[in-house]
Amino acid sequence: MTDLASSSVAPPRPTLSDRMKFYGIWILTGLVLLVLPKVFSSGGSMTTFSLVGISIIFALSYNILLGQTGMLSFGHAVYYGLGGFLAIHAINIVGFHKWPIPLPLMPLIGGVAGLFFAALIGWVMTQRSGTAFAMISLGLAELVASSALILRSFFGGEAGISANRTKLFKVFGLSFGPQIQIYYLIAAWTLIAIIAMYALTRTPLGRMCNAVRDNPERVQFVGYDPHVVRYIAFCFSGFFAGIAGALAAINFEIANSAYLGAVQSGTVLFAAYIGGIGFFIGPIVGAIFVTVLSLGLSDLTQVWQLYFGLFFIAVVLFAPGGITGLLMMHRPLVRAGMLSRMLPSYAMAALPTLALCVGLMLMIETIVHYTVNPNEDPHIQAFGIPFDAASPITWVTAAVLIVGGFLLARRAWSRVGETWDTTLTAARAKVHAL
Amino acid sequence: MLELIVISTLNGVLYGMLLFLMASGLTVIFSMLGVLNFAHASFYMLGAFFGFQISRWFGFWPALLIAPLLAGAIGAAVERFGLRRVHKNGHVAELLFTFGLAFAIEEIVGIIWGKVPVDYRQPDILDFPAFTIFSTNYPAYKMFMLAVSVVIFIALLLALKRTRIGLIVQAALTHPHMVGHLGHNVERIFMLVFGVGTALAAVAGVIAGPSLVTQSNMAALLGPILFVVVVVGGLGSLPGAFIASLLIGLLQTFAVSINGSLASLFGPLGPDLAATWLNDIWNVTIAQIAPIMPYLLLVLILIFRPMGLLGTRET
Repeated sequence: MTDLASSSVAPPRPTLSDRMKFYGIWILTGLVLLVLPKVFSSGGSMTTFSLVGISIIFALSYNILLGQTGMLSFGHAVYYGLGGFLAIHAINIVGFHKWPIPLPLMPLIGGVAGLFFAALIGWVMTQRSGTAFAMISLGLAELVASSALILRSFFGGEAGISANRTKLFKVFGLSFGPQIQIYYLIAAWTLIAIIAMYALTRTPLGRMCNAVRDNPERVQFVGYDPHVVRYIAFCFSGFFAGIAGALAAINFEIANSAYLGAVQSGTVLFAAYIGGIGFFIGPIVGAIFVTVLSLGLSDLTQVWQLYFGLFFIAVVLFAPGGITGLLMMHRPLVRAGMLSRMLPSYAMAALPTLALCVGLMLMIETIVHYTVNPNEDPHIQAFGIPFDAASPITWVTAAVLIVGGFLLARRAWSRVGETWDTTLTAARAKVHAL
Repeated sequence: MLELIVISTLNGVLYGMLLFLMASGLTVIFSMLGVLNFAHASFYMLGAFFGFQISRWFGFWPALLIAPLLAGAIGAAVERFGLRRVHKNGHVAELLFTFGLAFAIEEIVGIIWGKVPVDYRQPDILDFPAFTIFSTNYPAYKMFMLAVSVVIFIALLLALKRTRIGLIVQAALTHPHMVGHLGHNVERIFMLVFGVGTALAAVAGVIAGPSLVTQSNMAALLGPILFVVVVVGGLGSLPGAFIASLLIGLLQTFAVSINGSLASLFGPLGPDLAATWLNDIWNVTIAQIAPIMPYLLLVLILIFRPMGLLGTRET
């Protein structure tokens, strides 16, 4: 009996070095956010960083649903958009009445708006999880997005509602006109939101969310109602999505119906899943990756959205853990110091995979040339590679690269799988022997 | 008034039958594979565009046959090489796979056929008024659409109730494991069902394309309504999907033709209220809210009958 009792006490307090490491990461993140504008000081990078920050909060709030509670939502932009609209209206009202509320508090209004609507809609939605929840979230998102075009005085119709963020009560003489001040505002809120959401995963509620995701039936046996747990998680998620939406509204000084739409919901799903929903840091990685990629790819090729979709399908098919999942897989190998054993087979597999990708790219760009802009010069350039879309040499090259690349890549990757199994077994044996 | 009712009923039933052509495939796929095919409406779109292209080359009647076969083959390939692969990663991965697929198909269609509507015309032989009712000419093509969907509906019903394969499909709806234990090749049945389901959606696309707009966003417009049909009817219930399809078809068609608003019923709002956002709600006509009718119905169903009209499953 004493054994049983002692096994239920709290785990030992973390050692000093562990705690140093833990707080060190947060302090380091804060420092990086502070220093970033000093390193990349151009206006374009300021805008990018701001968008990335908003996207990080939004993707993390989405992961409270998908990653932590196991609810796949196709309508998360509803809370983002409503947060944005409420914040815009709040800025206008506060500016009109000259109330002493400064701009940095506006995201809180957006967050409360998101929380309110999540609490309002969530109870019906979270009754069921899984596929039913996904469909219902989609239907409700369509409902709100279509209603936004009907309720013109609140949502501003097609044009949206704009505001002037510089007309508010000023603290410390900050006008929030220049992008650099907006960057710091977004950076501060991003850090706060990340810490808050991380803390949420450490609470008993966060643990219960994981339990509901993994085994709702068992949760009921333990004495919790999965519906209530899902509902609370849904409300938190709506709160943080509202903050992100308000920050976006402040950043652009406008809120329109696109904020609520299916594209926005799809983007956050892409970001969270590509980054990896299994780890807290996953959506952060995904948000950075997707935002930078969508800004960068659109300069390189006309049909970047197609590449984006194909990339997403590839992630779902081959790397369901996302980018973070792939990296984290290698942790045992790194610990055992055996990562180098995998590198040759990776290099072997990377070459045909790259060939396959280049072949696909050649094919897609050639088709785009013939269908979208057939009257232009066939000497086109995609991803910085110039080629002649009209010459049969290009077509043959593309075909050879695709077929050859596919066949070789398939063999190489199955070889990688074998090497992986043996290396992992060896690594486990080595770590256990120590 | 009577004219309106007759015409709207005809149009509503027609729209409902088209919805059911798609929803039936979606429901059977969902019941058997447990995966909600997010890309189902994309196959409807593929059907419309294949139909457009083939009818340009060979005429409408070959298109009516070839386009669904082509789309069905693509659907079967998607199941065989895509879905079956992600199946081991759970339902969320399957749903996300079809979500990505829907996204990619929309982009590909946009690249090949452009983002603007294509000129997909009904065949000349059907370009005459079928009958005249209260001075309104009802086009023969619409009667043809109705006939095709009714014929397919009856064929589907017979195939499900009277044939051996239909029997297995019915059994696999409720007891997929048991069907597997009895020695049927469940994987091949899944592929077949997926192919047939997507082909049915493509049939709807081929016949609806000329009368509706054939454009690269047609899947995104129709997809959510299809899910509403499936949820309202009850997940995994074919009769439920049928009733819900007709219900939503009639609801939307009637709503479009009614021009009333709260203002026309009770008179305009007082001047102090008219300045607020209430004015929007007061003046909106029923025709304007027709697009959101299905979603309102969804919310009502969720509140009062969460398992759907004829559904038996909780999840």
